[in-house]
This record gives sequence, C-alpha cells and structure tokens, in this order.
Amino acid sequence: MMDSYFWLLSLLDSMLRLATPLLLAALAGFFSERAGVVDIGLEGKMLMAAFAAAATAAATGSAGLGLLAAIGASLLLALLHGFACITHRGNQVVSGVALNITAMGLTAVLGNAWFEMGGRTPNLPATARFGELTLPLAETLRGIPVLGSFYSEVVSGHNILVYLALALVPLTAWVAYRTRFGLRLRAVGENPAAVDTAGISVPALRYQAVLIAGLLCGLAGAYLSTAQGAGFQTNMTAGKGYLALAALILGKWKPVPTLLACLLFAAADALQTRLQGVVMPGLGEVPVQLIEALPYLLTVLLLAGFMGKAIPPKASGRPYVKER
Amino acid sequence: MNFFRRAACAAALTLSVVAAAPGAESEKTFAPAIVFDMGGRFDKSFNEGANQGAERFRADTGVNFRWFEITNEAQREQFLRRLAARNAKVIVAVGFSMAPSVEKVAREYPDVRFTLIDGVVDLPNVQSVEFAEHEGSYLVGVLAALASKTGTVGFVGGMDIPLIRRFVCGYEQGVKATKPDAKVISNMAGSTPTAWADPTRGSELAKSQMDRGADVIFAAAGQTGLGVLQAAADAGKQGIGVDSNQNHLFPGHVLTSMIKRVDVAAYNAFKGVMDGTWKPGHQRLGLTEEGVGWALDENNRSLITPEMLAAVTKAADEIKAGTRHVVNYSDKDSCVY
Repeated sequence: MMDSYFWLLSLLDSMLRLATPLLLAALAGFFSERAGVVDIGLEGKMLMAAFAAAATAAATGSAGLGLLAAIGASLLLALLHGFACITHRGNQVVSGVALNITAMGLTAVLGNAWFEMGGRTPNLPATARFGELTLPLAETLRGIPVLGSFYSEVVSGHNILVYLALALVPLTAWVAYRTRFGLRLRAVGENPAAVDTAGISVPALRYQAVLIAGLLCGLAGAYLSTAQGAGFQTNMTAGKGYLALAALILGKWKPVPTLLACLLFAAADALQTRLQGVVMPGLGEVPVQLIEALPYLLTVLLLAGFMGKAIPPKASGRPYVKER
Repeated sequence: MNFFRRAACAAALTLSVVAAAPGAESEKTFAPAIVFDMGGRFDKSFNEGANQGAERFRADTGVNFRWFEITNEAQREQFLRRLAARNAKVIVAVGFSMAPSVEKVAREYPDVRFTLIDGVVDLPNVQSVEFAEHEGSYLVGVLAALASKTGTVGFVGGMDIPLIRRFVCGYEQGVKATKPDAKVISNMAGSTPTAWADPTRGSELAKSQMDRGADVIFAAAGQTGLGVLQAAADAGKQGIGVDSNQNHLFPGHVLTSMIKRVDVAAYNAFKGVMDGTWKPGHQRLGLTEEGVGWALDENNRSLITPEMLAAVTKAADEIKAGTRHVVNYSDKDSCVY
C-alpha cells in the first residue's frame, strides 16, 4: 500500500516537472490566439529561448541572465511574427512555421559556431541553473502520513519556474476575465471591428498579446535548458510547442482546462517512463512502443470525440483589415 | 564538381546541417572520411570516441580527414554515397544504424573501403567491427553491485535494440553474480533514434529509478546518458558512463565508465588503409583484445575501494581466461544465464 502510494507521489512529482514547459507555452498560445493571432511558432520561440538561456548561462554563469536572454530572444521572434501578421497582414500559420524553421536552423548553426560541440552548449554547473527549492516545513511535515509526504515529495522540491508557471494560471484567468485589458483582448479575437469602432487600436492590442506570448515562451525555453535540463541540445523542444497547442485546443482556449490538459499530457509522459517492463495482469509485459505512443494516442482519442467541439476564437487566423 | 557543390549547398541549407569538408582535395591524396551517427561528433560518448581516434590519426600522420554528422535518417546513405563518389579511400561508418546504408553504398563503390563500427555487413570491401559489450558491462555491474548501499541499481539504455540489450544483460549478470539478491531496474529511452539525443528523458528516467531505490545507474544511451549522469549527480547518487571515459563529467559522482575503444577501431581503419594492412571481414573486440574495459582515473579513484578493485580484477581475469562465461544477448536473442 505504502509502496504504491510512493509510486503515485513520484509519478505526480514527475508530472509537474514535465507539465511546466507545456503549460507556459500553452498560456503563451492562449494570449496570442485569444487576441486573434494563431501561434504555430510556440515551438520555435521556445527553442530559441532555450538556446539563448543556455548560451548566456554558459558564458556568464548566471541563470538569471540566461532567463533574461531567453525572454529577449523569444520577444524578438514574437515581434517578427507580429510584424509579419499584424502590420503586414501575412498568413499567420506560414509566419509561425517560418519561425520554427528559422529557430531550428539558427540554434544549430550558432551552437556549432560558438561552442563547437555539435550544436550543444556545454553542460551547465549547478550555479548556472535554477535549483530545486525546498518549501518551508517540508522536512518537518514529511513524517505525517499521506498529506505530509504529499507536501514534501510533490509540492516541495521544484525549481522556481514550476511554481511560477502554476501561479500564472489563475493570474491569466484573472487578467483575461476580470480586467479591462482582458476584455479588450478577448474582444479583439472575436470581433476586431467592434473593438476598432470603440476607438481602440486593434494592432496595438494584438502586438501586446503577441509580446506576452513571447515572454511566456521565453520562460518555457529557459526552463527546458537551465532548470529541467543542464544545457541546450539541438531541437530539444522536440514537439513540445505543438503539444502545448494541442493542450490549448483540448482546453478550449480557457486557462484552467488548458492546465488540466497539460497535466494530462505530462501524466501520460511520466507514466510512460514508469510502465516500461511492468507486467500487466493478463497482458504480459507492455511493449515499449505502445507506451511510447500513449500521449499521442490519448491526444487523438480525446480530440476526436470525448471533449466535445472545441471552437476557436472567431477572428483567429484572420488579419484585421479596416474597411475604407 | 559544380553540381556536387550546389547539391551540398542545397542540402546544407534545407537540412540546416553544418558539415565541413576541410582540406584541399585532389584525386591523388589519401582521403579518409568518417560519418558520425545521430547524437553528433561531440556526444561525449560513442561518436566522440570515434572522433578521438580520427583526431589521433590526424595528429600522428598529418593527414586530414573529412567528416559528416547525421541529423536525420535520410542522410546516412546520402553522405556515404557522396564521400564514396568523391573518392574517399576509406570511410568509417559509426553506429549500427549505418549497416543498411553501408551495404547499399559498398556495392555501388567496390573500390572504396568501408569500416562499419557496431554492425555487420558481409561484403569484400567492408570491415565490420563489433565489441563484446556484455563483457565490459559485466565488469561495471560488479562495481555497481558493490558500490550500491540500497541493493538496487539502475540501467538506462538508449534505443531499444539488441545491441543495448547486450549491455543490460551483461550488466545484470555482473550485478547478480556479485550480489544475488540485488535488484536491477532497467529502462530504455525509446525505440527511435531520437532516444540517443534526449537528456531530459534520461534525467526523468533516472529520477524515476532513484525514486524506486536505485543509487547507482549505468547509462548506455549516448547524449541521453548525460541527463542520467546529471540527475544522479544532482541527487548525490552515482552514475556509470559509457563508450568514452566519462568519469570527468561529474567527478565524484561517476563511479566508472564502461569503455568501448571505438577510437582504436577508427584509428586502425585509417591507419590500416594507409599502411596497406586493412582487411575486410569481421572483428570482435572483447576484454582480451582490450576492446572493452572499465575506466579508472583520478576522478573516480576514491570511489573504488580495494575490495571492489580486487573483485573486478578477478572477474576480468576469469573472463579473459575463459573460466567465467558471460552470456551474450545476441547469441540467442534472450538474456538467460
């Protein structure tokens, strides 16, 4: 009994670690898409940010500076996306894909040129990474059955970015549904003409949304290379940006359901590492390939039927053209 | 030539590959070449071992070599063929995944010599070099069992293939022979080649094994293994490196490394062709040939107790003498011992 409880705790612990980058990227997508700008480029922004964070942290030995560099790099790409899609009314999907390809190539080339390690950055020492925080009382409460160990094993012992990501969910919900900025943001994604009629600049609002998305992707990227990992590897995002988009769709473009979708994907991923070689009653040993496909199968199944219809913001994907 | 240059540019652009072909080329100069597998030339492990051999050859002879790094599946054949067409005298193909491509290209270019590391291709112009990983893994298994305080040790493999099963099988035998009641938890990072280059997954796997009590973890997973060693070092536990000597990565937290002398294989291939002693066929490098072994240097000397040293030396001597038999997974495709 205790054994399986600890197994569960370790699973939940791992789930939180794996959900963080998805969550940050999905929230980035939330801001961008609710303002009517489709963001396929989450992946590219994260990758660029991960590289900037690792390269800066390797050069300066400071995780904080790495984080700033990550945010800076991601913001630049976000601005580029905004410039193409908002100012020049380009196709948002094409611009996003272009960002992804650019980031993939640029990080590999720069990484090779600067560090000559096949596109990797050097391994970061503990001081150049975000370390794990032990929350107050974690050790004292450890002795308490069930809740105490839950607190010390699952809640405590993550790095600052994990807590930040979780705190951003209620903050995002509050901003989107309880502030004037949020109301306008959502309006510009549904009916930009109405916002324009009210005398509010559509491009300005959309630029703000895209930049917030850039900021959040910067956090996600820094998390990958300087908190969860210890350095950058070529294409280290490995599709997490797309998975984040799937979580956003699964969460129907709402913050809390999106969090749940991210946790679900992360749980499937965490489960995958733990189910290997486990003998299931009646089935025998589960094949690795099946377990590996689990998160993707889950996505397909859930998106295909169980979640009901996911309706995107009405104006998303369409550049706003003022009628003359 | 122009066509090639243009094709090379196009390939480099579209695939964002940074490939260098250093040195001036002429038809007459001796031109060895090497193609690295996924994970890259500086993976601190398998490919890097081959790179060290090639670099040593360059230092010894002053002869430059050309190299390519694979970043996706389609490039294997493409790069091998391009090197062969450009008159490389010998091409070292690093990694088991190269076997099908080597077979194909070697048939097309019977005058070019190929050395395949970790795979077997039976052609008159191919030299296949394999290692007895099970023997080396057995030795680090002995060390792991003696170093573990919890009686549980871990193994993280890269891609789930017979080659890696050979590692885990030898490791398990070493552990069980030393401590029959010890537990071995083993995981594979995946079943596609990306499993070699995913340190995040490596560290997640290591963390899950440590949650289950493992305090020594052997990583045979290329770059993914770096994540394993990192996680073990972060948690104050011990990792075991692979292929190259990885003891220096996290001094004090890498118990030892299972060394595979990929460097010797690459060096010998270049040198052999240069001296005219290169021979096609099948080579197997084990403990006796010093093709595999375990690493002891200033970074891990304090971790290896005299008792451990005695046990591992005894095991190595018995394996060499043939009195102790280590089962090879590949013989029967199963790990029964």
